[in-house]
Amino acid sequence: MNVLKSKSSRAWRAFPGLFVAALLATTATGATLPVEEAVLTHAPNVPPPITRRSPAKVVVNLEVRELVGKLADGVEYTFWTFGSSVPGPFIRVREGDHVEFHLHNFPDNKLPHNIDLHAVTGPGGGAAASFTAPGHTSTFNFKPINPGLYVYHCATAPVGMHVANGMYGLILVEPEHGYPPVDREYYVMQSEFYTEGAYGEPGLQTFSMNKALDETPDYVVFNGAVGALAGDNAIHAKTGETVRLFVGNGGPNLVSSFHVIGEIFDKVYIEGGDRVNANIQTTLIPAGGSAIVEFKCEAPGTLVLVDHSIFRAFNKGALGMLKVEGDPNIEIFSGKTMDSVYQPEGRSIPHDAPTPAPEEGKAKTLAQQKANGEAVYKQTCFACHQATGQGIPSVFPPLAKADYFNENPDRAAAYVIFGREGPLTVNGVQYNQVMTPQNLTDEQIADVITYVLNTWGNKGGRMTTERVREIRDGGAAAFGAGIGAH
Amino acid sequence: MAVPPHSAPESARIEVKKAAITLMMLLACTGVRAEQVRVGEGVYRPLYRNEPDQPVAAFLIDETPVTNEEFLQFVTAVPRWQRSKASKLFVDDHYLAHWAGDLELGAGARPDHPVTQVSWFAARAYAKWKGARLPTLAEWEWAASASETNADTRGDTNFLRRILNWYSKPASSGTQPVRSVYKNMWGAWDMHGSVWEWVEDFNSSLVTGESRADSSLERPMFCGSGAAGAADVEDYAAFMRYALRSSLNARSATSSLGFRCAHDAPADAQPATTQKGSP
Repeated sequence: MNVLKSKSSRAWRAFPGLFVAALLATTATGATLPVEEAVLTHAPNVPPPITRRSPAKVVVNLEVRELVGKLADGVEYTFWTFGSSVPGPFIRVREGDHVEFHLHNFPDNKLPHNIDLHAVTGPGGGAAASFTAPGHTSTFNFKPINPGLYVYHCATAPVGMHVANGMYGLILVEPEHGYPPVDREYYVMQSEFYTEGAYGEPGLQTFSMNKALDETPDYVVFNGAVGALAGDNAIHAKTGETVRLFVGNGGPNLVSSFHVIGEIFDKVYIEGGDRVNANIQTTLIPAGGSAIVEFKCEAPGTLVLVDHSIFRAFNKGALGMLKVEGDPNIEIFSGKTMDSVYQPEGRSIPHDAPTPAPEEGKAKTLAQQKANGEAVYKQTCFACHQATGQGIPSVFPPLAKADYFNENPDRAAAYVIFGREGPLTVNGVQYNQVMTPQNLTDEQIADVITYVLNTWGNKGGRMTTERVREIRDGGAAAFGAGIGAH
Repeated sequence: MAVPPHSAPESARIEVKKAAITLMMLLACTGVRAEQVRVGEGVYRPLYRNEPDQPVAAFLIDETPVTNEEFLQFVTAVPRWQRSKASKLFVDDHYLAHWAGDLELGAGARPDHPVTQVSWFAARAYAKWKGARLPTLAEWEWAASASETNADTRGDTNFLRRILNWYSKPASSGTQPVRSVYKNMWGAWDMHGSVWEWVEDFNSSLVTGESRADSSLERPMFCGSGAAGAADVEDYAAFMRYALRSSLNARSATSSLGFRCAHDAPADAQPATTQKGSP
């Protein structure tokens, strides 16, 4: 769901850069400390590193709100939130600070809530001390004595449901000497949602207790919603920059196989602690756990963040993007330098040969074309455009009831032949992905386009093998197709 | 969210008072009061197994939660419970904060909606004024476990899911009129789906008198340990009710918390006039 703007602008809301350093507080031991209000940021942003060399009294104000927000395009959910966002705000303190925590339960909320910060050494991580009825505020104090990246979550019974509805976030306890400087820091939190309706079913969805008990979520997402880290919401870096991701897993059930497609983690602070491992492809992040990963962006392009338990990425939403801009670094990665025909010994060339013309009197019926087209679709197209042509919101455009497809099926055939890249708008949503050329015969292309034309509420009609051949002969430029040529 | 009491023009205030007094006289003459229904005897099974099952004797319970209109009659008759006059020992700052004034409901509190933002002390005072009492936790839970057709819905997953869906939604959408959700087989309306309701011993599931005081008793309510010893770990709705109750002080008032009254069943157990819709 990410951030929902609420109208109440409370005085306790923190703004980046607001420090009340002039105030001093006396601790239980009599030491006098400077007082500051914690800077809280919404994902994917992280508060600035702490530059202090000594402890302070840090005041954290966190408000709990129950509200309706977006889980995916057209799908709404009643989220229970810390700070009106899922995940909750990122909290950054220093080892040895004195934290004064205020948990505000918004008066219109229906339920009591609390907070269990895994960074707290003490009963319930503060759960009992922060148990708060609607319309009340609880205050408690703690001293973070173990540095690292910690999950916080609501722990009110039934705890699974409070977590499943969005009540989690991250608190970073910086070691006394801080972390080594990097160019960019981002906040990414994975979690899953259990809805009565299946993935993508529109409207306001309710929590499914049965699916939660069976641990079969419909949504596995980064930063609280499908697409919250993709497209316009992608995070950015430049080539040559170092990036640090603070990654948490709110669960409630699944363990994440966190992976960034196209990168190797130079460093992983395993499970968010002190121990650093180097040169890691995929790191496990337990539910209620974290990891800090670092890498240098060597080559430009879009790096894709996924849960490499890969059906979650392709079918349930666990995709994010880090767009790296800059000049190509062909020594590290060349891009495709050549596309040539591979001809194993003793085999004929499968797709470069001219497609034989249909024999006289043997033209396929529409039903035959559709049947063949469906087989082609299921082998070649469904991985991105999905089994029912619905695509993946913000990542792969839909073919079902798709205005862009119906407008010009010739153009679609050209994209299948030559590939395509660059932005396009389908049913009002913008996409910006690369589709590679598909090694299909003209006949296969004609059949699959015909299949799509006659399926999922599209406009009907047929594509002929001859027409596909004409399009192929016409070249990529006629339809703005092709990749790598711009 | 302290809402300053509006000071209605004096004339309007007198009009309201007059109307209220007339209404009350009418009520006194005709003997009309909130309809009650009879709830048959049964067994209340506590949330945690370390507490024994409790038999529940037959009793009478209000057909609906107390409405804003009814509560207005009360504070008109007993001024010390008006918003600006109520002792802060007995109410917090949310007490009747959605009303337009001490004796004025306003747009935020429709007459036929359940009264909310009342403390346990205030709910109790109302019940006493009515010659009634608050239901005990055991009575309330037993009465509320009835669906339209069954007295005991334990294990009825459809019924539990309906309750859970209501619990999941924030209260910001506001209250709805009484008699709008469902009528259970005893004849009581909206035991779930409208507002939370105070009970006499709202903090008794935690053994000590003051639910906030003893954290060692409260800790089992949190995180995974919340399930330890629970009689039915799949009854999420019950967990949420008990969590809410244990988060409250007797002074607390929240926007989704109301109440209804109860009576002991008449000794002769003749339910003829009061029994509505019971089996």
